[in-house]
Amino acid sequence: MVTTHVRYEIVRTFRNPRSLAVTLALPLVLYYSIAGANRHTTTSGISFPLYFMVGMAAYGAMFATVSTGGHIAIDRAYGWTRHLRITPLRARAEMGAKVLAAYLVALPALVLLFLAGVTLGVHLDLRQWFEITGLLLVGLAPFILMGLVLGHVVSCDALAPAVGGVVVLFALLGGALGSFFGSGVMLALTKLLPSFWLAHAGKAALASGDWPLQGWIVVAAWTVALAFLASLANRRDSARA
Amino acid sequence: MNLLEVDVAGVSAVGLTKSYGPVRAVSGVDLTIAPGETVALLGPNGSGKSTMMDMVLGLCRPDRGSVSVFGASPAAAVRSGWVSGMLQAGFPPDLLKVREYVTLVASYYPRSLGVDEVLRMTGADHLAERWTKKLSGGQAQRVRLAAALVGNADLLVLDEPTAGIDVEGRRECWQVMRGVAAQGKTIIFATHYLEEADAVADRIVLIAHGRIVADGSATEIKSRAGVRSIRATLSHVEVESLRSLTGVVAAERHGDAVVLSCSDADRALAALFMKFPEVRNVEAGGGSLEEAFLELTTKNGRRAKEVSQ
Repeated sequence: MVTTHVRYEIVRTFRNPRSLAVTLALPLVLYYSIAGANRHTTTSGISFPLYFMVGMAAYGAMFATVSTGGHIAIDRAYGWTRHLRITPLRARAEMGAKVLAAYLVALPALVLLFLAGVTLGVHLDLRQWFEITGLLLVGLAPFILMGLVLGHVVSCDALAPAVGGVVVLFALLGGALGSFFGSGVMLALTKLLPSFWLAHAGKAALASGDWPLQGWIVVAAWTVALAFLASLANRRDSARA
Repeated sequence: MNLLEVDVAGVSAVGLTKSYGPVRAVSGVDLTIAPGETVALLGPNGSGKSTMMDMVLGLCRPDRGSVSVFGASPAAAVRSGWVSGMLQAGFPPDLLKVREYVTLVASYYPRSLGVDEVLRMTGADHLAERWTKKLSGGQAQRVRLAAALVGNADLLVLDEPTAGIDVEGRRECWQVMRGVAAQGKTIIFATHYLEEADAVADRIVLIAHGRIVADGSATEIKSRAGVRSIRATLSHVEVESLRSLTGVVAAERHGDAVVLSCSDADRALAALFMKFPEVRNVEAGGGSLEEAFLELTTKNGRRAKEVSQ
């Protein structure tokens, strides 16, 4: 029952050239132009192409996941949410489909950036590739839910700037576009963002294959909090429709 | 389950009341629709038709009163796939072709029909490969009708199914609706086309100001309204003074001709000849359904409003 709906959620992203440009083309262009020029430098203790590969993969995947949840704002504006409510599709199944679709839409961003990384000399063993992928997928959970919350709260017109703003804010502060805080209070604060752990999945995979405990706690806390907000917003919307 | 064998109403509403702020959209409506009936909710814009349909579909909750669908709550009936509907809007917002859209809707229902079969039925098969966004108003309406039918639900709730369709297309849609009704489905549709109600429905429920002002077959409603019309040639007389004649409820002027809608045509004729002896070419006739509609929605509506104040 839900598979056709999941397929629709994926199709709507891949048929929209603007969303493809932002989730796939933009990170790729940024990666080649910036990592290409800094091919032999290091940052945050690891090679720049590896660091920036993970950062850009996280950036594209964050865009993909937050926009997928954000589709709800468009669905509401078109009366599609209302129509879904008079079909047997359950609200929970629809949310589930959006979450699954968000992951499936994010995967190409990861794969594409990994391939780009290899062309710029990123060398990892198979286990490390899987570890990075695993950590990125876990770290994306709060962003999927953030998209759902935005979709319920923001109007259709404000959706694009809201998604763009949120993603750039989290990506910049978390270090996906480069590490700006070597130490101090700012670094400690940015470690409270889920995007910090996304951006540092590469470093974690190189060091121990895992985030330190703080990473798991931060990602889990954001996931739980946003899941709560998303279900609250969903219930409020259902009561209103 | 075969719903027709179960001894419950298709739709049963008791004391249904819903307000939006100070506006009472639906006011104490009692309505029972038997399984297999085709019922038109006929009324002007803002009369409460859509709000009533929303409550049947479980999209909004009544402030007072209750509604059940095949003996269950609207939400349970929707979840079981017993109900499908056509709202006034509601295409998926993003790029989908017509066949993909109808396939998507079909995927939600447990006993859905074949997509191509339904597209053929609604005359939308030639649109199958078109993008939903590129359809004209009438084409979109056919596709939406196809999506409402594909779920093979027992109750169809259609909100203005032929809005935006040209005359020919409208007749085709009526034929589709009659065909579906002949399969034993229960249909409720809102319309403000009298002809549509007359052509498709077994029963017309006339709604004004959130109340049912008449309920019956088209013939019954015409006779209940008791409207007769008088046509005559009469120049240089104000419409206002015609309207004030005994037995006249409405008057219109078309050049030298006047048309009077009457609640009591005999008295109106007498008054007309008495007051305007110069009147010529007088013809009295039976009222149309349209006149009955105006008579019932304005007169009873006004009374209903007075009572509620």
